[in-house]
Amino acid sequence: MSADPTPGSAVGRADGRTLDRETHRTISAAANPAVGSSLAGAASSSSPVLDIRDLSIVYRTPSGDVRAVDHINLALGIGEVVGLAGESGSGKSTLAYGACRLLRAPALVTNGSVIYRGRRVTKPADILKMQPDELRRLRWREIAIVFQSAMNALNPVLKVRDQLLDVIHAHLKMPRDEARERAASLLDLVGIPRSRLRSYPHELSGGMRQRVMIAMALATDPEIIIMDEPTTALDVVVQRDILAQIVELKDRLGFSILFITHDLSLLLELADRIAVMYAGQFVEIATSDEIHREAAHPYTRGLLNSFPSLRGARRELVGIPGSPPDLRNPAPGCPFVPRCGYARPQCRDVDMQLLPVATSKDPDHVTACPFVLPDTPAPPVPSVASGNPTEKPGT
Amino acid sequence: MSEQTPTSAAAARGPLAMEAIAVSKDFRIGRGHTLHAVRDVSFNLYRGAVVALVGESGSGKSTAARLLAGQERLTSGTIRLDGKQVDVSSRADFRRYKSEVQYVFQDPFSSLNPVHTVRYHLERPVKLHQGKDAEIDQEVVSLMDQVRLTPAQQFLAKYPHELSGGQRQRVSFARALAARPSVLLADEPVSMLDVSIRLEMLGLLDDLRKRFSLAMLYITHDIASARYFADEILVMYAGEIVERGPAEEITQVPAHPYTQLLVASAPDPDNLGSALRGGGRRQGPALARPQNLDGAAAQGCPFNPRCPFADDLCRREDPALTQISDTRGAACWHLDVAAPQLVSGPRGGGDAKAI
Repeated sequence: MSADPTPGSAVGRADGRTLDRETHRTISAAANPAVGSSLAGAASSSSPVLDIRDLSIVYRTPSGDVRAVDHINLALGIGEVVGLAGESGSGKSTLAYGACRLLRAPALVTNGSVIYRGRRVTKPADILKMQPDELRRLRWREIAIVFQSAMNALNPVLKVRDQLLDVIHAHLKMPRDEARERAASLLDLVGIPRSRLRSYPHELSGGMRQRVMIAMALATDPEIIIMDEPTTALDVVVQRDILAQIVELKDRLGFSILFITHDLSLLLELADRIAVMYAGQFVEIATSDEIHREAAHPYTRGLLNSFPSLRGARRELVGIPGSPPDLRNPAPGCPFVPRCGYARPQCRDVDMQLLPVATSKDPDHVTACPFVLPDTPAPPVPSVASGNPTEKPGT
Repeated sequence: MSEQTPTSAAAARGPLAMEAIAVSKDFRIGRGHTLHAVRDVSFNLYRGAVVALVGESGSGKSTAARLLAGQERLTSGTIRLDGKQVDVSSRADFRRYKSEVQYVFQDPFSSLNPVHTVRYHLERPVKLHQGKDAEIDQEVVSLMDQVRLTPAQQFLAKYPHELSGGQRQRVSFARALAARPSVLLADEPVSMLDVSIRLEMLGLLDDLRKRFSLAMLYITHDIASARYFADEILVMYAGEIVERGPAEEITQVPAHPYTQLLVASAPDPDNLGSALRGGGRRQGPALARPQNLDGAAAQGCPFNPRCPFADDLCRREDPALTQISDTRGAACWHLDVAAPQLVSGPRGGGDAKAI
């Protein structure tokens, strides 16, 4: 595999495992991508490629531990796109980086395991228990990351080609001219002309920089790509174009995506499953369709009501008043209570267990709110001091 | 061209505050190259109304706002405030102008000085624009009330890094209001914020607009938020206004192919699974990918390299903004093909200009 110039091309190797992987790829890359994804869907239930179990991460501060990630369980299936949605400070980036052991003090993983089952590795391994050399082999080769701000993540004094070569040489054993050819073909893959290999990051537009970041993540043909708000800084046309490209590449190359964003509307179109995070805990997990049609948790509903829609009648938009809680001294019960329109006294006793939504046909649709169901009528709009943007005086 | 400019949908809201008339701005880049950042742009701002300037990065929308703010010299054209031509050549004039026209920046993380407290950020403009005699403390507290940073005392001594993104942006709103302006130029005021608090911030801006009868220019790349927030939308592409009209009409029945692309690109949860999931860009707009990633055409209609309706005429001549209805206009040779429901009667490409 390591000598293979284009990712995903089905060239058999002496190594049996690699051959398996390539065969799988050939199937999912076949004319009907739906077949590939349904295979992946079936596989996800049996053996997820990444299995985060009971993970807790705190930030040690002089004034006490900030519980950024609190007993989280999440599985990522092969070829699956899982969206991680939540506001800034909800712990979604901490969760993803913590699972890859990319955090340093004062962050501390206090509990849990992260089982990785790549097709290239012989047996499942717990990332949190890996030795440094095992970690080095895992990082980028198996799990790559597209960072949020492409401007800061690329090295401003290195040409695009050198940065791509850097990745290739660090993780794959490959002759120099082959590596160069691979760098060029990676740019082809993300739709950047090869002439741009000699450009510096500042000579590229924001969209192109983000594409270079994606090319870099694809350089080692990884099993999982973590995307941390990859399109937040881009405008909508470029954003859509890049997302379409990500989906296309995923279908062709068969990797899995953990997609982190605060924009739920993006995930509804992009992700297979969505996990909604609030104050370090999941409040709801379901397929995109379920979230869209039958969101159960008040916070999810709040997020869904936060973005203006272009089509259809003008909806009443309320957003979510207030701001996330201080995670240093969490109040007992549900952390969303102060901002929740449905709140009632019993909310202080909720233990935030994710339980199946009673009215849903899908047993995997789980919510942490035992009181609010998808058919619970919306509460009166909480008395936000802010004016309502949909209201137009004088009309 | 100005005689063909449609009436602004924002005009009904209040008296005229600011006029940009055939404004252009060129930047010289390198040897002999000129970038036409803003080309022959005309629009009006009215008290108590919001005009949205929508376009992608590099379309010239921020440059247009900087011209209005007096931060850049015009290459050609005129800007008028309350009927008088704007002249900011002297320091005193510039300061007087600034007390009428204020600017809110996109990034609340870099527009506030990290070494100064919130109190300092608000005291300074109050002293500058309202004179030394002003009741400074009282004024600062009332500003904080207006942007709902309450209790004010709790926030005044804080530094920017101690505030959330939303709180920081509230401080920059308060700072702009300290000058008691009549015009507020808001350059992507919410795009750096979480989706969940954007609405609250737009709601706050809307509230301030009403309370102070502000004439507001709202710059954004998110046409969906403009639908809810603005009275009139101006769509900019490569420095030109390619379409303008009432916000609801433009977003529901876009006329210009570029506006159609913008509308089609907005994330749409009601369009579940069709465009992105399972199918790549098969169903996406066919015009999504520009042939030339580096931007607009040098000759003819700037949108022609990305436009599905482009022909020789489009590659040769740049269409002027032509009137579609009383309040709408678009700059396209082939509106009869791009938006047949808006243009009645058969019409050849060449005489589209003659209405």
